[in-house]
Amino acid sequence: MTDSRKPEPDAPIAERVRALEEALDAKGLVPEGFLEKRAEQAQESFDPKNGARVVARAWLDPAFRARLLADGAAASAELGFRAANSEYLVVLENTDAVHNVIVCTQCSCTAWSVIGLPPDWYKSPAYRARVVREPRALLRGMGLDLPEQVAIRVWDTSGETRFMVLPQRPAGTEGWSEERLAGIVTREALIGVARVAGTDFMNA
Amino acid sequence: MDGIHDLGGMSGFGAVEIERNEPVFHERWEARAFALNNLGIRILEAYNVHEYRHAVERMDPSHYLAASYYERWFTGVATLLVEKGVVTRDELEARAGGRFPLARPAAEVKPIRVTPGAQPRFAAGDRVRVRDVHPAGHTRAPRYVRGRRGVVLRASRAFELPDLAGHALAAHLEQTYHVEFEARELWTDAAESRETVVVDLWESYLEPVG
Repeated sequence: MTDSRKPEPDAPIAERVRALEEALDAKGLVPEGFLEKRAEQAQESFDPKNGARVVARAWLDPAFRARLLADGAAASAELGFRAANSEYLVVLENTDAVHNVIVCTQCSCTAWSVIGLPPDWYKSPAYRARVVREPRALLRGMGLDLPEQVAIRVWDTSGETRFMVLPQRPAGTEGWSEERLAGIVTREALIGVARVAGTDFMNA
Repeated sequence: MDGIHDLGGMSGFGAVEIERNEPVFHERWEARAFALNNLGIRILEAYNVHEYRHAVERMDPSHYLAASYYERWFTGVATLLVEKGVVTRDELEARAGGRFPLARPAAEVKPIRVTPGAQPRFAAGDRVRVRDVHPAGHTRAPRYVRGRRGVVLRASRAFELPDLAGHALAAHLEQTYHVEFEARELWTDAAESRETVVVDLWESYLEPVG
């Protein structure tokens, strides 16, 4: 359908979105307030702070950690973070020997309920192309310089399973509360392109 | 299809920059585009998520690479709503006041009837090879693993086969597997050997390695 030889330029994207919205609205196909509500809900409920709380709980509670590694969706739901369509969530545990990192090479799938909607860098062609081919160099370029002896396992979200990384708890955080621990877990750590630093940003 | 979306392993891309304090949506239209897909799938029930993914894959490759994520997202939604007859391209162009690029048409894919086995065909530890096929329609077997050998980490769950669902054909539930590939098996020039890639694959994408 696209005819790239047509001389006139594309309508600006914001105009195209408005046009579709108006065309649907004119046919009475948009329930009152639906688009606003859905967009708001996305910003409120798909939040990497959810995954951060899951991680903090796993660091403090060995029984929860075991449940999380056995069934990520059920354990996250214990904290109130439920995925739509009873998503299959597999939690990947980082250790001294293995570092896990997530990608979706063919689109940009993530576990929305715990990681949130994917950030721009995760959706970039550069990340999707490079992380499966040269993960160590790519991660170094993103600021994560892993020792040579650490194996890297890249997980391509090509099917319906969703993944979340369980990062290692940094030294120097002994005795911290769950809330304080959750405060240092970033979205990048949940995807595996960063480690959790033992710096307390809330008090920095 | 062997499309532009299947980016895994391609060379020539540069650095990946993380934006600090990135907002969920950078512009208002992105939030609207996000919600419009939900309207199309859940409220209008005009198409399913597999068809949506395939519509994005069918974008002109130069448009795909030039577009931002939510522009790709929106182009997939608009393409399907035109293809399903909910709106017309003419009315969209009239309302937008200019050209309205959509994705190219889908290839014709034939329905197949499959009686899935009661038990998963493969188990953890099994050696498998990804079938080296090049379907014209939607598939979720990335090019970089086709023909390559890996080891099953776990039999995951059964999900609808996207190769059928992506074309609005009746899709059976089929077992999926997390299959691990050594970097050396995927990239002949892989000097970095302490890396593996795990790919989530449907049973019919795989064949046993004897």
